[in-house]
Amino acid sequence: MKEFQYTITDPVGIHARPAGLLKQEVKKFGSSVQVFKGDAFCDAAKTLKLMGLGIVKGDTITVRVEGDDEDVCAPAIEEFFKNNF
Amino acid sequence: MQVATGKSILNRIAVGKIRIYKVPERVISDALVDDVQAELDRFEAARVRVQDQQMVLYEKALVQAGEDAAGIFMFHYGLLEDDEDLYEAVTEIITGQKRSAEYAVKEAFDNQAEAFATMSDPYFQARSTDVIDVENDVLDVLMGLDAMSMQGTEPAILVAEDFAPSETVKLDKSLLLGMITREGSSNSHTAILARSMNLPTLIQCKEINDSWDGKMAILDGYNQCVYVDPTEDLLKSLTAKQQEDIRKKALLQDLKGKTSTTIDGRTIRVYANIGGPQDVGAVQVNDAEGVGLFRSEFVYLNSKDDPSEEEQFGAYRRVLETLAPKQVVIRTCDIGADKTIDYMNLDHEENPALGFRAIRICLTRKDFFKRQLRALLRASAYGNLAIMFPMIISVREVKECRAILDECRKELEKEGAAMGDIEVGIMIETPAAALCADELAQEVDFFSIGTNDLTQYVCAIDRQNAKLEPFSDTHHPAVLRAIRMTVEAGHRHGIWVGICGELGADLSLTDTFLRMGIDELSVNPTSVLPLRKEIRGIDLRQPPKEQEA
Repeated sequence: MKEFQYTITDPVGIHARPAGLLKQEVKKFGSSVQVFKGDAFCDAAKTLKLMGLGIVKGDTITVRVEGDDEDVCAPAIEEFFKNNF
Repeated sequence: MQVATGKSILNRIAVGKIRIYKVPERVISDALVDDVQAELDRFEAARVRVQDQQMVLYEKALVQAGEDAAGIFMFHYGLLEDDEDLYEAVTEIITGQKRSAEYAVKEAFDNQAEAFATMSDPYFQARSTDVIDVENDVLDVLMGLDAMSMQGTEPAILVAEDFAPSETVKLDKSLLLGMITREGSSNSHTAILARSMNLPTLIQCKEINDSWDGKMAILDGYNQCVYVDPTEDLLKSLTAKQQEDIRKKALLQDLKGKTSTTIDGRTIRVYANIGGPQDVGAVQVNDAEGVGLFRSEFVYLNSKDDPSEEEQFGAYRRVLETLAPKQVVIRTCDIGADKTIDYMNLDHEENPALGFRAIRICLTRKDFFKRQLRALLRASAYGNLAIMFPMIISVREVKECRAILDECRKELEKEGAAMGDIEVGIMIETPAAALCADELAQEVDFFSIGTNDLTQYVCAIDRQNAKLEPFSDTHHPAVLRAIRMTVEAGHRHGIWVGICGELGADLSLTDTFLRMGIDELSVNPTSVLPLRKEIRGIDLRQPPKEQEA
């Protein structure tokens, strides 16, 4: 299992356009990717649930990656968050 | 063979198969269904079809507006994937409650939209509109209201009771050979579409019949009739006549794809004037280089209530998306007391041409104005938009308009909406604007001269009053001088100047306008190619054709 923390810098938080692209990015890998905000969490590939968390600028989230290809998946997803959120 | 008569709009001939065009009713029943699997299959087929549509839009937007703007379609695509809650919700309603696919989609999507609408952040609240957009797309496919179900996939002569403006917008013009309707007048929407697209059309054809569906037919515009199941001989002779028509037009068609350049090498832009999304086909068919005047009144005139931002956004977006990367100049609401629109609650005026109209209404009713500007800015992500304000008389008005536009832009940025770069210009149609053109030019990116109103105001001649015709002179030197002043003032400040009134298509003035230095002429779509031909025959090194003002 791999884990990283990320603080949202995008002014509108986890919003629709990159959330849709994140879904496609996650699906490239076999690992499961979960996003935690406090006690609430969801699958990063489930766009509606993810947006339902209402993650906004300044929120610190934890991303947990688990699966056979977690070593390549985790850095790729972290890079995606840095570039898009 | 059957012959049915009507009233033809154009002297043109169409040959092809007939397709009966019927709009199914948009009702969603809450009745229980017997065959649950059939409903699941229908939902699956609709879901996949809408996903395909979203992917096409994504790829188109990627090229035209970049990844950032295109992302919204990927979001829409993602909403419909089978690992999302929405998918589960829909299938659960179908299987659990034994309801139709339409019912389930409406329930599930409405709930999801509601969930977004109640979130605390305004950005997330606004996403409920995305869910509704996708819901409507899916419902359209389920109910056979999408273009493909309505029109089929082969070129055809469409036969209908009549076409509503909203329907003509949806028609795929590349599959439209001709139109036949039972109703309609020569000023009806169908007729206007026919003229702007040069489409053989028969209206008031009382004998139309559902049994014609799929049959071969000849629409003969010269003889105001349609031959269903025509004889071999007739087919041969009328097809020959149709070919001859096409050959005659081909001379002009050769100018398609060419620039509007004089013999001595000066190029100007020839744009088209349009009145709504239904004219977009005419812009393309006549090879206009852009749209110089898109009268946005249609969104107000075709609506029973004050049109919402969503409604306007959809209409503007369709036009921009279809025409991109061509520039489209959209004029903001130019409604006045002479056009009666009930919901606007405008007082009766003795002198409406000089009254409470256009920008004067917009600057008074700021919320009304902002709805349009927000819709325009959002649509700008999908193409090459320019915004133009009408009836301007002062710098103060332009500054106010721009301040409100900036306010809208800031709001939308906060909401995370995608927007493109736009030019902002004004109409020069009042003597005040022509006289103050120097000052106004410093506030905008372009001028477009509205010669119809300018002539009426400069000469104090009511353009609606036929009795005044002996006194009117469309080439009045005062009008030509006002145009010259405007062009020169614009160029002193480095902005482009065009003409979007009737005079722009007056070929006896083309030489004069070119010598004045005009940058753009915007005319009716069907005048584009004749104007281009005129321009290509002019040599500015030769002495002027007509005495200039």
